Amino acid sequence: MKNRSLWLVVAALAIIAAPLVIPGLGGEFKGADDRGSEAISDARPGYKPWFEPLWKPPSGEVETGLFALQAAIGAGLVGYVIGRRAGQKNVAH
Amino acid sequence: MHIMEGFLPVGHAVGWFVISSPFVIAGCLSTRKILRERPEARLNLAASGAFAFVLSALKMPSVTGSCTHPTGVGLGAVIFGPSVMAVLGTIILLFQALLIAHGGLTTLGANVFSMAIVGPWVSYGLWRLLQSFGVSVAVSVFAAAALGDLSTYVTTAVQLSLAYPDAESGVVGAFVKFASIYAVTQIPLAIAEGLLTVVVMNALSGSAGKPDEIAILAGEVRQ
Repeated sequence: MKNRSLWLVVAALAIIAAPLVIPGLGGEFKGADDRGSEAISDARPGYKPWFEPLWKPPSGEVETGLFALQAAIGAGLVGYVIGRRAGQKNVAH
Repeated sequence: MHIMEGFLPVGHAVGWFVISSPFVIAGCLSTRKILRERPEARLNLAASGAFAFVLSALKMPSVTGSCTHPTGVGLGAVIFGPSVMAVLGTIILLFQALLIAHGGLTTLGANVFSMAIVGPWVSYGLWRLLQSFGVSVAVSVFAAAALGDLSTYVTTAVQLSLAYPDAESGVVGAFVKFASIYAVTQIPLAIAEGLLTVVVMNALSGSAGKPDEIAILAGEVRQ
């Protein structure tokens, strides 16, 4: 079971890394959400969003940091629950 | 799958709020019920939300040359059913709209519908269907998570093509365009999310080899 999990993680990483390392694949790697917004602007030239975000991260660095924070909180919590479960099993045995 | 702030016409923005609200309210009620009646499931509920929190923060490259993120809502939908994910997904989308300027408040209804409602319902429906055919737990979890993820991005493409039909080819033509941006990009990521969901489900349950294990995670069956 442990082995299977390991191979599944390796396969997932390979799928994510493939576009970066295989020549001929890939491109600018812009966000699809931004490309969606661009497609709207192309289809409706002069379209102005009618509402602006209340607050924007002042720079790309701050934005990246907040995304990292989001991932860290989530990963920490998932790890805590899995670790707790493993600990309980050890005590039971 | 995030439709950016102010990028949906007012009528559409309001419409998606109206459609999404009952699901979120029903989700609040069923979340409260789970928290009250099955205290042993609290940690798994937290882990389900946290898994979606991590995955939706990770923007990954895809073969189409752009980046998207998985949604991570399939795990919780399989364990607890789709309605709690409407609540957890809304919390995540609010966090991103308010703190990262990703998605938006005016487009929250539409984004909740795609990520927190359609995705979890497709995951849950597929999980139940495959289980009824006797498909193994691991394969069912994989398919539920992967296709739930993909369905979210197809929904975003539908929402945008309804709002911005092509001048010549109409809604269908616009859907082909938006689907090529969102859904095609998402295919490899959806597969990766399916694999990861199987791993985390295994880790949470010890071994997700038996459907019972997943009912135990939800607190429906006591150990």
